[in-house]
Amino acid sequence: MEFGLSEDQKLLQESIGRTLEKVSPLERVRQAAEGHDTHAGDVWQALVELGVTGMLVAEEHGGMGMTLLDAALAAEMLGRHVAPVPFVATAVMAPIALAGAGSQAQQAAWLPKLASGAAVAGVAASEQAAGARDGAGITAGGGRLNGTALFVLDAAAADVFIVADNARGLHLVRGDAKGLTRIALTSIDLTRPLGELRFDNVEAEPLASGDAGATLRRMIDAGRTMLAADTLGAGWMMIEKAVAYAGERKQFGRVIGSFQAVKHMCAEMAAELEPCRSLVWYAAHAFDAMPDEARLMAAHAKSLTSETGRFVARTATEVHGGMGFTDLVGLHYWFKRIGLNRQLLGAPERVRHEAAVLQGWAAD
Amino acid sequence: MDLAYGPQYDAFRAEVRAFIAAHGAKAPRRFGVSRPSDETLAWQRLLIEHGYAARTVPKAYGGYGAEPDILKSRIIAEEFTAAGLPMGIANQGISMLVPTLLELGTEEQKKKWIAPTLRGEVVWCQGYSEPGSGSDLASLQTRAVEDGDDFVINGQKIWTSTAHAADMIFCLVRTEPEAKKHEGISYLIFSMKTPGIEVRPLKTMTGHAEFNEVFFTDVRVPQKDIVAGRGQGWFVANATLKHERGMLGDPNQAGTRLKEIVDLMQKETIDGTRLIDHPGYRDRLVELQGRVLAMQFHGLRLLTAATKGEDPGIARLIVKLQGCEINHQLAALAIDALGEIGVLYEDSPHLRAGGSWQHRYMFDLGLIIGGGTAQIQKNIISERGLGMPREPKPAKA
Repeated sequence: MEFGLSEDQKLLQESIGRTLEKVSPLERVRQAAEGHDTHAGDVWQALVELGVTGMLVAEEHGGMGMTLLDAALAAEMLGRHVAPVPFVATAVMAPIALAGAGSQAQQAAWLPKLASGAAVAGVAASEQAAGARDGAGITAGGGRLNGTALFVLDAAAADVFIVADNARGLHLVRGDAKGLTRIALTSIDLTRPLGELRFDNVEAEPLASGDAGATLRRMIDAGRTMLAADTLGAGWMMIEKAVAYAGERKQFGRVIGSFQAVKHMCAEMAAELEPCRSLVWYAAHAFDAMPDEARLMAAHAKSLTSETGRFVARTATEVHGGMGFTDLVGLHYWFKRIGLNRQLLGAPERVRHEAAVLQGWAAD
Repeated sequence: MDLAYGPQYDAFRAEVRAFIAAHGAKAPRRFGVSRPSDETLAWQRLLIEHGYAARTVPKAYGGYGAEPDILKSRIIAEEFTAAGLPMGIANQGISMLVPTLLELGTEEQKKKWIAPTLRGEVVWCQGYSEPGSGSDLASLQTRAVEDGDDFVINGQKIWTSTAHAADMIFCLVRTEPEAKKHEGISYLIFSMKTPGIEVRPLKTMTGHAEFNEVFFTDVRVPQKDIVAGRGQGWFVANATLKHERGMLGDPNQAGTRLKEIVDLMQKETIDGTRLIDHPGYRDRLVELQGRVLAMQFHGLRLLTAATKGEDPGIARLIVKLQGCEINHQLAALAIDALGEIGVLYEDSPHLRAGGSWQHRYMFDLGLIIGGGTAQIQKNIISERGLGMPREPKPAKA
């Protein structure tokens, strides 16, 4: 029995963290965000070189064939450094879609490109994961898609999209397909691309070589676990920044970190967030090793880190006092990252309802 | 990451199950309120004999004498919990005094006290807190003055659970009033029948007297009944408090409580609709389930660290704070879901579960305060876990 990371996993996470510390410091994040560049080329390239884009792609397709727990460790570091790059769709959900329901030809066409970073994939599944807003939804028929998909992940730079339709079928759509309109959605979080896709009789290839419905559920479970890991990383960075600030800032002749009112805020953040790490690890491990538990654990990981993340984000900001509220210290990049993670692929109330349904406690 | 125990442990689990199948029927139905019942004493002896209680205490002192193996201990706990059987006795003598004597006692003290304590025959109480010394325990004022071969003790203790039924007390007293506050304390063990001890029950908000006040007036205790020497009491007490904080906030207790609430919410109705079908209660239930699961997996992580001899750092320091809080919130949910029925108490008609949800809700608040208050835990987490500065000492008046 061993509940923890292997030496390899610790090294992997450290090396991703060290790289991001170098290539994605706050100034770089700020530059990308202010330029609305959610695909920062140099940061992306560094991650490609580490193999992050190919973690979940099988070795036969040029990837590393790693586990979702490995990907969660990467996601934690991306959140920690608010990295302005695509990840959840292109490196996690799209490879799972292609491996689970794509034909040999579709896999051979796209997986090597995703692994090498030569292509970026967006995923349109929000209506299936979080519910449809503003009348969004996709109908499929005769190899064509019609309708609107909102909150498409990694949309801006995508060369290809994996699209879930209203009947939970999956489709592959080229980014330059005729009749496809791509609209950028500006969220509070300027480090990650979010988009709207409008389909006017757009040509699509079905992903029909496996159980598309089951694959879609796996994609959503994996995506939720990644967002949870991202919030875990972002949240811990906020705690560390709050502790450091409280150790420097002086008022009434003392560093404010020596006041119990401030110390206890920091203790509460750590005490709430650290158990989330174990839940994220368990959910990621369940995805590969205990599929019966995977959906429930992904829902719990998403819910609990979202609730805890909100508490940490506002509390760490308060510890920084007025400075936390300014653009100057840039703490808001983490605040907003956590804020976006909470809503994507199912907000807490939604995923808790799913958790209840899964356990027979509520009707679907 | 590997959540299987492995073949060696599977065999051990089979042994535990065989024991449960053969002997489970002998488990006590009445445990005894402040002293173990005869059934409980017999069950305890059986558990020690088979290595399911006092497992790692050496045979010479009345234990089973196994090598420490955290996974085996966990398997025992898992199987007993799954079978709904009580584990061995977990009173303060067994969980706090025995480890202390094993670590710091003299050979004579170990020989005399450990075996009967393990068997449940000798019941202990803990004399630490005083009316003026709660969170600042080291400021305690109960004096022990040397007189011939004895100490003569005067003072008062509070929050002394089972003092009215205890045979013995392990007690912190000030023997060196001139020394710094942490260095003037000694740890004494003596009989509660010693002349000059008066025990007064302390009724709490639950309506029961779970605690006592203990008054000492010229109580004579032989100087040899000290553990680890004069002025060493603070060090001894800290060695024991580690064991206490590990006991409080056990995530598996929260898991059991969660199951009870699921059961309750599936059975109880309001306007003919099951409580679990009410979205508000159900959402709280699922949210708490997430918290309980996180703490259970957190426990697995700490267990892994312990088997590897690693210090898990801040991960260990949060357990008492979070564990007690979650238990309290679980009791609160049960009460809210029951509504007016949830506030019934004592022997009221329509009472559920003997009023135990209200009792737990109130008693848990005591646990949030006791064993190092939530605020003291936050000091520990921020100072030792996050490296934040200590509160500056107030200037001497």
